[in-house]
Amino acid sequence: MSDATYRFNKANRTLMQRLFEAPAVGKMSPASKVVAYTLLIVWSAFVIFPIYWVVITSFKDAAAVNQGPYYIPWVDFTPTLDAWRTMFTEDPHCNFTAIARQFWLLIYNSLVWIISPVVSFAPMEPQICKIYLAFTNSVVISTFSTALCVLVGSMAAYALARIQYAPRFGNIMIFVLLLVLVILATTYLGAPWWASATVALALFYFLARALRRHFRLSLGNGDILFWIISQRILPPIVVVIPLYVMFQAVGMLDTHLALILLYAVANMPIVVWLMHDFFANLPVELEESAQLDGATRPRIFWEIVLPLTRPGLAATTLLILVLSWNEYLFAVFLATVKVQTMPIMVAAKNAGEKGVFWWEMCAVIVLMIIPVIVMAILLTRFISRGVLLGAVKG
Amino acid sequence: MASYDSTYQPGARSAGISGRERLGEWIDRHSGTFFIAPAVTMILIFAIFPTVYSIFFALSRVRFMPEGLKFRYVGFRNFAKQFFGSAEVHFLGRTDPVSIFGMVLFAIIVAAVLWWLFRSLRITTWVGMLGRSISAAMAIFLAWILCASLLSGNAIGTLYTTLFYVFVGCAIQFVIGTGLAFLCSQPISGKNFFRVVFFVPLMITPLGVGYAMKMVADVTKGPFEPFLKLVGLQDWVWSADAWSARFIMVVCDSWQWIPFIFICMLAALENIPRDHVEAAQVDGASSVQIFREITWPQILPVAVTVLLIRMIEAFKIVDLPNIMTGGGPGSATESMTLNALYIWRANDLGSSAAIAYLLLILTVVVCASFFNYVVLGQIRKTRA
Repeated sequence: MSDATYRFNKANRTLMQRLFEAPAVGKMSPASKVVAYTLLIVWSAFVIFPIYWVVITSFKDAAAVNQGPYYIPWVDFTPTLDAWRTMFTEDPHCNFTAIARQFWLLIYNSLVWIISPVVSFAPMEPQICKIYLAFTNSVVISTFSTALCVLVGSMAAYALARIQYAPRFGNIMIFVLLLVLVILATTYLGAPWWASATVALALFYFLARALRRHFRLSLGNGDILFWIISQRILPPIVVVIPLYVMFQAVGMLDTHLALILLYAVANMPIVVWLMHDFFANLPVELEESAQLDGATRPRIFWEIVLPLTRPGLAATTLLILVLSWNEYLFAVFLATVKVQTMPIMVAAKNAGEKGVFWWEMCAVIVLMIIPVIVMAILLTRFISRGVLLGAVKG
Repeated sequence: MASYDSTYQPGARSAGISGRERLGEWIDRHSGTFFIAPAVTMILIFAIFPTVYSIFFALSRVRFMPEGLKFRYVGFRNFAKQFFGSAEVHFLGRTDPVSIFGMVLFAIIVAAVLWWLFRSLRITTWVGMLGRSISAAMAIFLAWILCASLLSGNAIGTLYTTLFYVFVGCAIQFVIGTGLAFLCSQPISGKNFFRVVFFVPLMITPLGVGYAMKMVADVTKGPFEPFLKLVGLQDWVWSADAWSARFIMVVCDSWQWIPFIFICMLAALENIPRDHVEAAQVDGASSVQIFREITWPQILPVAVTVLLIRMIEAFKIVDLPNIMTGGGPGSATESMTLNALYIWRANDLGSSAAIAYLLLILTVVVCASFFNYVVLGQIRKTRA
């Protein structure tokens, strides 16, 4: 088709053709554009409306919430800052010195838990400015657990992508058997947990060494990877009851460390599964030449591999950060007083028989959403590059 | 270079090497262990150990004593209670009068499953056969409960409520999520705006979503109250009817989780080479044909994997029904996790652990079957 005929045909299309046929390859016809935009806008409204409702409710007072639906501020109700003011001033100690003291205690305690058998924790004062305490708790717990999770998880993912493992099937069987025996001893016979654990570990070491020759069958890297990823299937309700008992036994109930470790483990499968693909796709020559130059494996990992996978690492970190920021089930079981996180503050506004303080609850929800929206905007930049695709491909 | 020195002997500790270098070497030699040990240890302590420990809860009657927990072994009584005892109606639903229709359908399903098992006898090893037998047993059990409760006109229990959330929820989320991703992959302007907006629900804590939805869905003070009045539905309360309450749960769950399907499918769609689609357009293929012949086969492996991940997460649903209806009306919207949570609150730790274990078994069998027969099949087809 020559250029002239093309232009002639294009200029002489009927109305129907103009509406329903695409003007060029890679473009959309006006009719389908209208349909597409309508659907997208309808869905945006569906997505935005509940969020909009939460935001405006946080600026309503009790009367405006209870007297029926009001939709637009300044038009059918007058917005107030009551809910926000209550949130920051409901406790009498919500002043600058109290918050500074709280902040110091937080740093002190997070340093002290390393040497906690020697130095005792300084008691926290949970009645001081609850919302501030919850916010800092959430920040501390989600940052530390994300850092731990991403570091440990990507180390494992890298090892599984580069080093060959062959754990013997027999050793695993011995381990599971000893685990069952330890639990039997502690639950039914009342043996102290640390003694039985030590005995079991020693037994495992000697049995594994003694019987090494007799085990032929061994597993591969793929099996280990599948095992780690399959941990995500585990419903949290299965583990939360024993975890409560476990943390009670070692006196770690209601501590930052307990939640940090738990969130790190719960999100570990996601990190390993996302990062494994990035590491496997890196050219191995770079690492080989670094090894020839005398670099050790940890150094290669830290100085070459991690910087190369920075986009993937960033996306994974942000995802884990959001997941641990929003977690509720573990927190409600294991953090009763001192380390209450933001989701618990949301639930706390449901005051039982007095009803729900919707306006205050909405203010807390909005406060929780703000940092996360910033992350969402950052995260979409990475997702648009198809970063998450490789992992989904399997 | 120092390491190529002719006097270098592996294993010898010369006086010239500093302690730090020796440590580095030691770590390097054991780097295999060093890299994977933290992750494996953490998973063993905080996931495997509690899972095994949980069996002992499920097999015991656990009581709180001043000196700690007291375990008394009761065998499988906690499990038997869910199937034959006091909690049967709550867990399985009412299975009593079975209608003719239910019987016939059950017979057909059993015949189909056995035929599938018989056919696979020739194509798999004995390990594969074992897995298929487990899947078949689960399928027959679920089919029996379905035929005896729902299809015979009886009320369903927490088992099928959970499965309703998983299967109906995942189907709705998958269709809408993929549809939106398809729209957003078209050449339109303002793509980035929609992408950010559609992504936002995933970022809100499930608890917050529960309360936000409770507010929005409120029939007396919620935003839709005037509209309901307009259509003459002012007396309709969705939380009073079992199926409408379940359906609202699915809608709210979808509101939060469609973004997840959306972003994954959008990434998959944008990864398809543009020229394939454009070549088909030049050849005069209709958009339906292009979708069916070019786009769909290429996104299918990603689609089934995303669906699997979503299914795994969907089995854990707890916050939404807990907040929006408290499991009501009756126990119509209770998922298995929520049921376990309520029983734990009533201090019956043994039964709670037993329900949690049943949920684990259900999740593992359903997800493993889906992975083996659907996901692996699709991945193999693309690699071939």
